[in-house]
Amino acid sequence: MSATSETVATQASTNGTSVLLSVDNVTLTFGGVKAISDISFNINKGEIRAIIGPNGAGKTSMLNVINGFYHPQKGQISYKGKTRRRMKPYQAASSGIARTFQNVALFSGMSTLDNIMSGRSLKMKRGLFWQALHVGPARQEEIEHRAYVEKIIDFLEIAHIRKQPVGKLPYGLQKRVELGRAMAMEPELLLLDEPMAGMNLEEKEDMSRFVLDLNSEFGTTIALIEHDMGVVMDLADRVVVLDYGQKIADGTPAEVQSNQNVIDAYLGVAS
Amino acid sequence: MEALSIGLDAFFLAPFRDMFSLPDLLIQVIWEGFVSGVLYALIALGFVLIYKASSVFNFAQGIMVVFAALVLVSLYNYGVPAWLALILTIGVMGLLALSIERVILRKLVNQHEAILLMATIGLTLIIKGAGQLFFGGEPKSMITEELGLSTGSSDWEVFDGIVIFQHIDIAAAVIAIIMVAALALFFSKTRIGRALRAVADDHQAALSVGISLNQIWAIVWFASGIVALVTGIMWGARSDVSFALEIIALKALAVLILGGFTSVPGAIVGGLIVGIGEKLFEVYWGPIFGGGVEAWFAYVLALIFLLFRPQGMFGERHIERV
Amino acid sequence: MLYREAGQFKTTYADDQALLPIAQDRIGLFIILAIAFVALPLFASEFFLSSIMIPFLVFSLAAIGLNILMGYAGQLSLGTGAFMGVGAYACYKLTTLYPDMSIIVVLLLSGVFSAAIGVVFGLPSLRIKGLYLAITTLAAQFFLEWCFIRIGWLYNYNDSGAIEVPTRTILGLAVTGPQATPLTRYMFILCVVTIMTLIAANVLRGRIGRSWMMIRDMDIAAELMGIKPLNAKLSAFAFSSYYCGVAGALMVFFWLGSAEVEAFDINHSFLILFMVIIGGMGSLTGCFMGAAFIWVLPVILRAIPSAFDLNLLAATMEHISSIVIGVLIIFFLIVEPHGLARLWQIGKEKLRTWPFPYAT
Repeated sequence: MSATSETVATQASTNGTSVLLSVDNVTLTFGGVKAISDISFNINKGEIRAIIGPNGAGKTSMLNVINGFYHPQKGQISYKGKTRRRMKPYQAASSGIARTFQNVALFSGMSTLDNIMSGRSLKMKRGLFWQALHVGPARQEEIEHRAYVEKIIDFLEIAHIRKQPVGKLPYGLQKRVELGRAMAMEPELLLLDEPMAGMNLEEKEDMSRFVLDLNSEFGTTIALIEHDMGVVMDLADRVVVLDYGQKIADGTPAEVQSNQNVIDAYLGVAS
Repeated sequence: MEALSIGLDAFFLAPFRDMFSLPDLLIQVIWEGFVSGVLYALIALGFVLIYKASSVFNFAQGIMVVFAALVLVSLYNYGVPAWLALILTIGVMGLLALSIERVILRKLVNQHEAILLMATIGLTLIIKGAGQLFFGGEPKSMITEELGLSTGSSDWEVFDGIVIFQHIDIAAAVIAIIMVAALALFFSKTRIGRALRAVADDHQAALSVGISLNQIWAIVWFASGIVALVTGIMWGARSDVSFALEIIALKALAVLILGGFTSVPGAIVGGLIVGIGEKLFEVYWGPIFGGGVEAWFAYVLALIFLLFRPQGMFGERHIERV
Repeated sequence: MLYREAGQFKTTYADDQALLPIAQDRIGLFIILAIAFVALPLFASEFFLSSIMIPFLVFSLAAIGLNILMGYAGQLSLGTGAFMGVGAYACYKLTTLYPDMSIIVVLLLSGVFSAAIGVVFGLPSLRIKGLYLAITTLAAQFFLEWCFIRIGWLYNYNDSGAIEVPTRTILGLAVTGPQATPLTRYMFILCVVTIMTLIAANVLRGRIGRSWMMIRDMDIAAELMGIKPLNAKLSAFAFSSYYCGVAGALMVFFWLGSAEVEAFDINHSFLILFMVIIGGMGSLTGCFMGAAFIWVLPVILRAIPSAFDLNLLAATMEHISSIVIGVLIIFFLIVEPHGLARLWQIGKEKLRTWPFPYAT
């Protein structure tokens, strides 16, 4: 840690922003394969941070480490000033980290409404007794959360599919419902794993709009993985580039674009 | 305190003292366990064949064993010579495999595993109902001698005692070994075996390289039908041919848990562990619990095993991805 | 034409979240309840009540129990029969140890015991998934069966090894034992099943029910959204086993009158499983449909030969009904894997757009 995290800290203070999450020297291996080796970077409060890199660079593994699904062999992660090495996924969720998945991971047997309501699980407190009766507090609670969920449904413009089972929705809408489900958790940090993969131009524009609005209106910090460079350059405040599990560049979109390592990684090295 | 130490002694030490005080009995118990283990292994083998090729968890394997044995015995009782009855029964199992493929599996391609499992539960009911309807529900004795299998026994004098080996048990073990070897050769060396492994990995991918799913499925179901027939003969020779076997066949599930759903050696090792383990447990620990522990030993063993190694003995741990 | 929600506007979320948001459904349910609570007690024969309606209700409740675990929480179970047995034996022990305790209290407490046992055997579900979990419940099934035989204390050391239901009264009216009339037993069961179904429906549409479905549909995503798998799975096991336990106690106390271990064997577990499959996983209505189907169909099949003056053995009919049920299970899996409940829903959908099938 030491050197890197010190520079990180000074960087943050000079910019006048505070660091929400910092990844320090994280290494993750599966058997003998190094998925991530010795990576450090940070995410500032309120920014949109992109993680890019060729296929197999370790981007998704990085997100999995951040929300506790994988446990790194070395290194640590500090979130909101607290440092931890191991964390269960549900602990990450309750401390305000939400995410969407590369391959849509919706609850396919439930309706759009129920899927987004499921994002409210952590905020709902009533026990079995009131739930069984479904009068008084439990009912009240359900209605309050329904109101919040309806706000999200409005925001994402998916009112027309509210009661439909998500399994039958087209892919673009499924991605949107998944974003809605993550939003329902009112996260401080939202991890988006390829939110625009497989979308057409129009859908990408919609999704970009949602991401930007989410960032500015709700103040949610966003870390996203994306392959579409146009989208990344337009949306992101800062970009970190991974290749073969190593960090090869970190900076503003413009800096990254002109970085020779990045160009080599994407286009190959002329030999 | 004293009661505790007596209890601990009764559970952890006394059974082993019993074992070594009468080594001939111990050998006999292990042999009995070995033989029933072979039969568990054979049932599990039928499961594995089908699961490997189609990821169908064939719940009907147990009833197929009963059905095959019933057909054989009933044909003989109708006056068909034993050898012809055997051939006809093989034909019946082939027919059964074909119709299962045609009527059920073909309609359920690419369905979820649980749905396929439930379809085989439905199949179990049909075979069971039909078997009882045509052949009656009462136990029948197997035509062991007519099939040329010896029913005698040999004694082995050892440790001042006698260990008895039933010839039929020896035959069961030998036939099981031959069959496993034949299957292993078939699946590793032939074109169909290769196609089968491809199907096991991915139905659609196999289809796209021109493998006929229907053909493969009919073949594996036929193969496991033959395994069922052999199991039925062996089992029937040791006790009677009856529908009670269906419940015992559930123990094959415990065997599969130990050995893994897709491993042929696993099925065999698992079968032997369950067979020998449950006999030893019944004889040496059973009295502590009041007997009858054979009924649940296999499942509890499998359960405890799973808690420590969820992927089975020969299974591979795979990385969960999101 | 008749069945459509046109014109039924919801102005509050509470209305929109009601159990039956469509007026026609509410009317339908009301009619069914009226038949069950008023018409049947008035007009049905004792035979109809005691050999069709009472078993039907008991099995429906057990099917709800299993469906909560399998259909909603996605955990396979082959041990329903044994969990029903725990409820029955607990009920028997409690009421013989404390004869003065109200039978209602005893019944509700007996479910607690099977819930506790259910949790114990549910623990492995945290590490074991899918088909592998079937072994856990099989272990439960055979181990508990063994306990029911070997532990004499459970059946008060009867020579027969069976539990005999003593007479218990509510407000002076005998509800269990030989003196209780089929009508009182039927009404008691009907009340219990109605209330417990309502409770199940409420739990399933709230936070807890959602957490079970989250685990069922995508356990990894559920965990990343703050659901603790431990809590979700074990609560599903507890809740499900509670229902099975109460159903088992009802079965012995209000239907059979006495029971041996055979009443809770593995075949029984499968029977309930078939009800859930045919009725439809993840549907409470389906539980009732499945129970009706599996229980009533053989009764009808048995009646057919006598209607045509055929003299078939009872055993023969049983074998035929086994074949028929097997065929139907496969038929449903091929045509509609989600069971009768989904067929019913599709039917309603058709009715909604009738006579314009392409209008949406």
